[in-house]
Order: sequence, then structure tokens, then C-alpha cells
Amino acid sequence: MNLPIYMDNHSTTRVDPGVVEEMIPYFTVHFGNAASRNHSFGWDADKAVEVGRERLAKIIHADPKEIIFTSGATESNNLALKGVAEMYAEKGDHIITQVTEHRSVLDTAKRLEKSGIRVTYLPVDREGLVDPEEVRKAITDRTILISIMLVNNEIGVIQPVEEIGKIAKERGVLFHCDATQGVGKVKVDVQAMGIDLLSFTAHKLYGPKGIGALYVRRKNPRVRLAPMMDGGGHERGMRSGTLNVPGIVGFGKACEIAMEVMDEEAARLLRLRERLRSGLMGALEEVYLNGHPAKRMPGNLNLSFAYVEGESMLMGLREVALSSGSACTSATLEPSYVLQALGIGIELAHSSVRFGLGRFNTEKEVDYVIGRVIETVNRLREMSPLYEMVKAGVDLKQVKWRKD
Amino acid sequence: MSYSDEVVDHYNNPRNVGSFEKDSKDVGTGIVGAPECGDVMKLQLKIDNGVIVDAKFKTFGCGSAIASSSLATEWVKGKTLDEAMTIKNTEIVETLHLPPVKIHCSVLAEDAIKAAIDDYKRSHNGNE
Repeated sequence: MNLPIYMDNHSTTRVDPGVVEEMIPYFTVHFGNAASRNHSFGWDADKAVEVGRERLAKIIHADPKEIIFTSGATESNNLALKGVAEMYAEKGDHIITQVTEHRSVLDTAKRLEKSGIRVTYLPVDREGLVDPEEVRKAITDRTILISIMLVNNEIGVIQPVEEIGKIAKERGVLFHCDATQGVGKVKVDVQAMGIDLLSFTAHKLYGPKGIGALYVRRKNPRVRLAPMMDGGGHERGMRSGTLNVPGIVGFGKACEIAMEVMDEEAARLLRLRERLRSGLMGALEEVYLNGHPAKRMPGNLNLSFAYVEGESMLMGLREVALSSGSACTSATLEPSYVLQALGIGIELAHSSVRFGLGRFNTEKEVDYVIGRVIETVNRLREMSPLYEMVKAGVDLKQVKWRKD
Repeated sequence: MSYSDEVVDHYNNPRNVGSFEKDSKDVGTGIVGAPECGDVMKLQLKIDNGVIVDAKFKTFGCGSAIASSSLATEWVKGKTLDEAMTIKNTEIVETLHLPPVKIHCSVLAEDAIKAAIDDYKRSHNGNE
């Protein structure tokens, strides 16, 4: 086992060696522009792009022509929301989304509100799930788009996307799904799930950074988008710009590998996650699981360790890469809005740690992390005035705190 | 964010962690911050004849909050109450090289010193 240990796989993943290998010739030998129609360099690049497109389409059960390459999931989310809002402006001006979406959906929605779009932000329950019936109730005759994520990036919960897709179809509203954390980890089928637009990106599934995609349905219905990038009219006119050929090759290979190993990998990661969860919850008191216990992706574990602040925990675990929803780890000085949306209490949001298990994590690493987390939590609790007060029988909720 | 060597040192080897008997006559206790803000500091001073002879702290908070309170316990020892009241958060910021987003940790440490001294003075009817 080598240190440091990387256990932050929802943030990004290590590129699979098989992916790197397949990409390299597209930097050095087949470096052509896929839009060059008159020489073999261009033809080779174009061929590679089409292979990539097919592989991406396959993992989400789409047609290759429905894949639009972008720079990443943030761009895909921006393009889906802004592109639909502009293209369908005559049809309506209302978008439905929910409070634990990724910032690239929420902030795009906020920007659209400034230009007159009305946005409904649905709540989630205590386990992080949206109620499909709430989606149904929120639909009006002015609704043009529903945008609900597949897997949450912090708490890993899997939204009832298939049910929401059904409702969207019944009511004739377009359905966008940000599946960034889900593709390659859980089964995604745009047909069965009734998805019209789907965002995903390579670097979350052991591919390179800087390449993403937006699935745009071509049939039943044919979805049209106003482009955000003007230029050479690449990608059916929806996203101009020279294609990132090595990135697309890598993205395609990453999808191919993910499809091959998904079942076995999901089972293995679930085992590791449960080992980690029971190892920590069995040894430490007052550890709380954030998010639904079962409806979550295999590699995600999000725990709050009461009376210990998240950033100070990560500081004590310098040789383990983790992340926290504590305010101190964010740029905003606010603890995670996702955890706050669950209604778990701000103090527990400050005490949260996200463990993101991935393809390259081992059982040895999990056992090492269990030991180090227990040690760190115990050390910090000994230093925590809150823990001391609770042990002395004080009800923290009744204390009058002196805030600055 | 990377931490300064000073913050890492105090985090790894915090000085004077612990508690004194809260109701003891020679102890002043200051508790500042709130759990929902992510920082709570408890600073206790043992006072003899107007001089701080010992100090202890417990902190719930980030590494910079722990380091600020740890440093505060070092600085107050041996000082008179009046001298301790003059400790400024900016001195903590300088010593620990805290970045701007962590300045509130130093403010909290300064507040904790003042709160502990106030507590002591209150229980002695304003007479030291």
C-alpha cells in the first residue's frame, strides 16, 4: 500500500492506464483536425471521433448521432438549460429543478431567472430524494424543461429518474438529467429513463479532464438547442469548436472499460464501502450517515462525526485525500448546501466527510483509513468543548452561544 | 488551501489542551462561537493575584481555530489581566500566517481571552 491514498473519486478519478495508452497516438501521430476533409490526418481523426461517439452512445443506450461533445459536464449543463430556454422561449418560460443539483445547474438556472425564466427548486427529503409527485405538481403549461440529476456528487443518492422521465413524457416536457456522477457507475438508459438531454464527463469515469458530452435526443421528440458557441458549426451546429480528438478517444475508451467492468466493480465498491461504514460506525459513537442508506451509488459514503469539525479532521488525515462539507473547506464560508437541504442541522454539515471510493482503492487502503479516521476523531473529540459538554450531560441545543 | 508551518505545528502539538474545574474560584472560563458557525472555543485561565498562572483550551473548529486558541494559551501565561486584555487578533494572524478567510479564527481567540477574564472578574465582583 502506498501513501498518500486517494479516496476522493467523486471529485475526479485517476485516468485508467488503458485509456492513456489509447490516447497517446492522437497527440503525436494521428494529430489531425477531425474537420479536415481532404487528407488522411483529418480522416484518421474523424474516424477516431466516430469510434468514441459510438462508445459513449452505447453506455447510455443512445444513437451515436445524439452525442454532442463539450468541454465537460459544466458546459453540458449550461448548454442544456440555456439552449432549451432560448430555443423554446415561445413555448414557455418555466424550468423545474431541485435544490441539491450541482452548481453548474443551479447557477445556470439563477442566471436564466435574471432573463425572465421562472425556476421551481423542489426540495428533497431527509435522505436526499426528490418526490416525483412534486415534480408532477410543479408542471404548468409554461414548463419547458425538468432538470434532475441522476446521482448526487456529495451524498451519492440516486434520484428516481425513471419515474420523473415518465411524468415528463406524459406531460410533454423535456427532461434533462445531469448524470455526471452516474455514468459508468450505475446503469444509465436514456430510453428506459425517458431522458431527452443527459450530461456526462470523462474524468469522473477514469478518463481525461476537459472532455464531456451532452446527449441530445433526435427522435420522440427531436430536441433542438440554441448554441452557446458560434463558429464552424461542429456537432450538428450545437457546439462549434475544433474537437478534442485525444480527449474523445480517451472518453470513448473509458466508457468501453466501464461497461465491461461495471457490474463487478459496483459489487466490489459496495463491499468496500460497507466495510468502511461498519468499521467506522462500529468503533465510534455519534456517527451519522448522510443520504439514503440504499439508494446511493456504491462508492459513496458521506458521514458526519458529531462534535468534530470537518476541515480539522481532513487536516489530521493529511495522507488521505478526502473531502468535507464543512464551511472551512469551501470558498463561501457556508457549509454544504446539499447537506443543509437534508435538514440534518448545520452543525452536522460542518462535521461531514465524504469518502469517494473508486476503481483503484483496495481493502488494505480502506482498513488503513478506518484506523486513521478513528484515531483522528478520538483525538479531536478529546479537544472538543462540545464533546466535553455532552459527556457532562449538557444539552447543546439549550446553550446560549456567544456568536461573534 | 495549504497551511502554514505554525498552524500545522499547533494542530499537531496543541499546547495546553484540557480543562480546569469550572467552578473553582481562581478560574475564569470563556466560551465563544457556536456549533452552527463551525467554531466553538473554550478558554480557561487560572489566576493568582491578578496574574494568569496557567491556561487551558478546548476547541471545536478548523485547524486554524485550534492553532489560534493553542497560541492564545501560550501567550496569556505569566501576563496580568490587563496585559492579557491587550492581546490583539492581528498579532495571532501574523504569528500563524493566517490567510484572510481564517481571520475570524483569530478574532474568536481574542474574544475567548476577554470572555474568560470577564468571567473571572464577574465572579469576583469586579475586584481582582
